[in-house]
Amino acid sequence: MSEIAHNHIKLPEGSIEKQTTTLNLGPTHPATHGVMQNILELDGERIVSAEQTIGYIHRAFEKLAERRPLYQITTITDRMNYCSSPINNMGWHITCEKLLKVKTPKRVDYLRIIIMELARISDHLICNSIVGVDSGAYTGFLYVMQYRELIYEIYEEICGSRLTTNIGRIGGFERNFTNAAFTKLEKFMDEYPKVLTEFESLFKRNRIFMERTQGTGAISAERALNYGFTGPNLRAAGVDYDVRIHTPYSSYEDFDFTVPVGSTGDNYDRFLVRNEEMRQSLRILEQAYRKVQAFTGAEAEVYHADVPEYYLPEKKDVYTKMEALIWHFKIIMGETAIPVGEVYQSVEGGNGELGFYLISDGGRTPYRLHFRRPCFIYYQAYSELTKGAMLSDAIMTMSSLNLIAGELDS
Amino acid sequence: MVLTNETIEQRLKAKFGDLLTNFETPYGMLTFEAPKDYNLKLLQFLYDDTELRFQFLTTLCAVHYPDQPGRELAIVYHLHNLQDNVRIRFKVFTDINTPDIFTATNLYSTANWMERETYDFYGVNFVGHPNLKRILNVDEMDYFPMRKEFPLEDGTRIDKDDAMFGRG
Repeated sequence: MSEIAHNHIKLPEGSIEKQTTTLNLGPTHPATHGVMQNILELDGERIVSAEQTIGYIHRAFEKLAERRPLYQITTITDRMNYCSSPINNMGWHITCEKLLKVKTPKRVDYLRIIIMELARISDHLICNSIVGVDSGAYTGFLYVMQYRELIYEIYEEICGSRLTTNIGRIGGFERNFTNAAFTKLEKFMDEYPKVLTEFESLFKRNRIFMERTQGTGAISAERALNYGFTGPNLRAAGVDYDVRIHTPYSSYEDFDFTVPVGSTGDNYDRFLVRNEEMRQSLRILEQAYRKVQAFTGAEAEVYHADVPEYYLPEKKDVYTKMEALIWHFKIIMGETAIPVGEVYQSVEGGNGELGFYLISDGGRTPYRLHFRRPCFIYYQAYSELTKGAMLSDAIMTMSSLNLIAGELDS
Repeated sequence: MVLTNETIEQRLKAKFGDLLTNFETPYGMLTFEAPKDYNLKLLQFLYDDTELRFQFLTTLCAVHYPDQPGRELAIVYHLHNLQDNVRIRFKVFTDINTPDIFTATNLYSTANWMERETYDFYGVNFVGHPNLKRILNVDEMDYFPMRKEFPLEDGTRIDKDDAMFGRG
């Protein structure tokens, strides 16, 4: 019997003598929360080494972008970090506006901040509640999900879609915010703080949660910087780097908020930092909403910059006015002149510094567009973070890093 | 003291002399070129210098210029001094037949995957990289897809059998 098996099953050299077990975690495993593979070498339940394989959903975004006019690239950015796609969209518009030297009105900036902070909350609440799910606490996840739903309804009121939003245009928004959007926003700002406190109290002093997360997946500030960490993951390690403060965009300098930092850089601190960031986002939301409401007269109706060469005219004007028709045609065909130049613009994405490096040679499409995708950059630290850890901690670490497969693979 | 682009430029010129060229500041970011053998020395100097302190590698990518013989590939580094909050960008040009560049992995752990990605899409050979293999594309791929000689499929082609794509 054993001889037959020996003839038919060809085991790799040395696999019987080997003292460790190889385990494929992923590519499709519920605990990976996305299509990514980890080849783990296990000694019992301890991880000896981990090797990440990525690229399962690579869609060649940088190549695709080289054939698209600027306004068509927004839909590509949606599909990177799909938990907070409005931030990606805004980041892209801001990059284009920097290249094209378009100045946006204050009201547009504040409306953008409302959208970006809502997106940040929806990103963080998913990440934190998934950390909870991976430690065995499903309740929080289901509870906060209804508030993500409310955020998605606000997106729907503004742009008509929920996940891949394609929200906003170069120069502003495609239409003004409706009253229903503001009503829903008020509801959110009214109800969510209490929910957040409740959600936090489910975990913060929960013995099981604390023991599962404290000390696991920890990284020092030096290593985090060396690995190019940004966003909540870096701040949990104690470095107060936030793009919103360091290089303000979209009038973030008008807002008063603090940047929470952790000290240990472990899963527990990442959880706390994200929770506190949601609170700060709520503060920004309230200030932004007040500022938007304070506009009067004609200013209160402004929702885009006056840049006819890049911003599509209203449909009714296209049918009735010659000039609008010409601009419409030129924009759609990508015939408007784009200056030669190179820009780097970054925004504080849900999981770190999301950067756009755009080189334009004056043609209708970018000559080169490179995305700085934060989770691609910090995921390489995963093998260092999990070395010597238990298998179950590795799962927690993966969700606590907030990996989004779409962004990872671009 | 505020670290301005002029200060950085002077300091770099004092150290490297005429090796660094084409200083400009498109959209406010100091940009310059370095010879390909000097990329690592430059990165090390920028990292160690007590005044400059460019110790954060924001991103690294390549650009293909097929019309520049001998300088077809540009490797672009974006660095950030987090204390003084200044960003700079420098480029290293190489010809496409011997695209050998020193790796920055000993200085920055983050360069590991960035360089693998650059190798994967442009075929830049990072000398000394511990694990230079493809990262997003399949291992069997035998070309570098982001180079300009590989155009995207013509969106208007009609020789495809639509039935195969559920559109017939």
